[in-house]
Amino acid sequence: MTIDNIIIWFQSWLPANFSIISLYLVAVLIAAIAIFAIMAVNALVAVYAERKISAFMQDRIGPMGQGPGLHAGKWGLLQTVADTIKLILKEDIIPRAADRKLFIIAPFVIFLGAFIALAAMPWGPNLIAADMNIGIFYILAVSSFGVIGIILAAWASDNKWSLFGGMRSAAQIISYEIPAALSLVAVILLGSTLSMQGIIESQAGTVWGFLPNWNIFNNPFSFFAFFIYFIAGVAEVNRTPFDIPEAESELVAGFHTEYSGMRWAFFFLSEYGNMLVVAGITVVAFLGGWQSPIEGVMQGAWWGLFWFLTKMTGVIMIMIWFRWTFPRLRVDQLMSVAWKVLLPIALFNLFGVAIWTLLVG
Amino acid sequence: MGLVHADEMTLNIGPQHPSTHGVLRLKVKTDGEIISEITPIIGYLHRCFEKHCETLSYEQIIPFTDRCDYIAAMNNNFGYVLAIEKMMDIQVPERVKYIRVIMAEFNRIASHLLALGTFGLDVGAYTPFLYMFRDRERILDLFEITCGARLLYNYMWVGGVSHDLPIGFVEASYRFLDEFEKNTKEYHNILSYNKIFIERSADVGVLPKDVAIDYGVTGPNLRGSGIKWDLRKDEPYSIYDRFRFNVPVGKGTMGSVGDCWDRYWVRAEEMNESVKIIRQALDKMPRDGDVHEALPKKVRPPKGSIYFRTESPRGDLGYYIISDGKGGPTRVKMRSPAFTALSALSEIASGWMLSDVLVILGSLDIVLGEIDR
Repeated sequence: MTIDNIIIWFQSWLPANFSIISLYLVAVLIAAIAIFAIMAVNALVAVYAERKISAFMQDRIGPMGQGPGLHAGKWGLLQTVADTIKLILKEDIIPRAADRKLFIIAPFVIFLGAFIALAAMPWGPNLIAADMNIGIFYILAVSSFGVIGIILAAWASDNKWSLFGGMRSAAQIISYEIPAALSLVAVILLGSTLSMQGIIESQAGTVWGFLPNWNIFNNPFSFFAFFIYFIAGVAEVNRTPFDIPEAESELVAGFHTEYSGMRWAFFFLSEYGNMLVVAGITVVAFLGGWQSPIEGVMQGAWWGLFWFLTKMTGVIMIMIWFRWTFPRLRVDQLMSVAWKVLLPIALFNLFGVAIWTLLVG
Repeated sequence: MGLVHADEMTLNIGPQHPSTHGVLRLKVKTDGEIISEITPIIGYLHRCFEKHCETLSYEQIIPFTDRCDYIAAMNNNFGYVLAIEKMMDIQVPERVKYIRVIMAEFNRIASHLLALGTFGLDVGAYTPFLYMFRDRERILDLFEITCGARLLYNYMWVGGVSHDLPIGFVEASYRFLDEFEKNTKEYHNILSYNKIFIERSADVGVLPKDVAIDYGVTGPNLRGSGIKWDLRKDEPYSIYDRFRFNVPVGKGTMGSVGDCWDRYWVRAEEMNESVKIIRQALDKMPRDGDVHEALPKKVRPPKGSIYFRTESPRGDLGYYIISDGKGGPTRVKMRSPAFTALSALSEIASGWMLSDVLVILGSLDIVLGEIDR
């Protein structure tokens, strides 16, 4: 289902002279609502999952409310719903010293970064909002949009802790985008396409007889590229061990220290949305997207969605696992990991993949 | 647009900040992330302990000592009652002596668990904190079945203890110790040998021997700098000379001697030594006896003064008590080990990054209740 499909479907039963622009706007709105719903549901489910998993890892039971009403439901299932209601009902505080306009805009800018990136995310063989021929390039470009929002939030709060967080975050995200992009370039070389669907389709078949021909298994270089992208991706979404922009024990809450209520919820929503984006790119670029792990088995439109979501969940689970296991790196250590370790490996990898595609593939 | 100021920025860490371990305020000068000057500002938890003592009777002061170092209240009681007993020349029953050592060492484990867990939090690891609290919880349960309190015990009295050990305490203690020894391996796996943790704590905030001595730093912080000084060994009080245990010192295993990792490691090792002491004490403890036998009718030490120090989980905890022969002391001065440790902070943490300063502060394991009193 792409936006084009929706337009064609509308055109099939609307009078032919109906304005194409209004049709286009309606189609985009439908896609946008669908993506927003995905983000919201993801935040609901992922927050609950994260709380339960972290509880399991920490020898706790996590949210366990019982009974009806505003309790957290059985096994705390309604915990995130209750949290959301709480956030909506909270007083909206804007510090007097804050730059009001920027303070209000910032959460939406961050949210927008994750939101529009998801437009090019292929959920299934024909389930994608906008099937662009430069899909991966588009996602890389717009997902770095979020950092502007972070800096805006940090600056507008007029709080020293926020400023620290914003500066750290800017340095971190820009640094980690380079190895991430380089490892994706390796994938683009292998698939010789920039389209998300094209990259997935290039990963059909098997390799070495039994493994699916996903990029992670395709050759040794792309195997390493997977890890580089994943590490850089975790850094881009500011999660432990790279959560220095919000580093609770150091910066209180980093760039969103001054935010509360729904504005804060938007940061939260976009953090989980960004996780979705990074997990989605990982799945598309390295884990075969919506392809079934066994060739020819359980394939089709709905199975495609199933596989994509399963793989995505797996990747998000690994991020959660990281978060509740690792301590946090220091800001200079973080930089040296990006520039001294990941970047040289990514460059070498790119070179290796180029040679590989020339000689083998 | 005016001039862009590129000079140093003053930043207040605390008093409301997640990592100040209480209500401490650090006034720091920063140049970007680098901290050039640190001024700890204390007093937010000042409760006039010493002034109160001048108006209270000797027994009434014991609960106040609890509230000084609330993480290791047993050890605070211990030092105070030993000082008074020495002034009054009271001989307590054997069973009481053992009970006190067991309680003090249990509290030392609980205190170190909290120190290590919150140190993990400062470095950004959340899970070890809860692992450690799980075990600390079981120690608090043991205290609870003994004296009903979980944090502020008022357990040790002049001449005895408030309650005898309950039925099943010894067995429960053995059970806990067995499981605790297994659990320490878990801590080392998830925290101590974690590469990121070592990167963050090794070679960071080195406290050299001479600086430590100059500032009067004691306890695990001093031993982390490689100086073997433990009052339980060097100036044995109570019955510590009857037990066999080692005094772990920092060796610079992961970096240089006296870094944060060494201080962390000394505490981790000390917990094992405390386990040894508790085991020996549980084995040797007389099975029955009246714990109230030696309680004096009136606590009224003769005219004079005493300085008595014990090894609390934070170091040399000293009480200077002046008596003029009345029901209450003329003056009680507490020598706080956390205070001296905090005073060394600006010396060892200047020049490090903001993140490191908080890690160094965490590694010193300060308790504000004891610093501000």
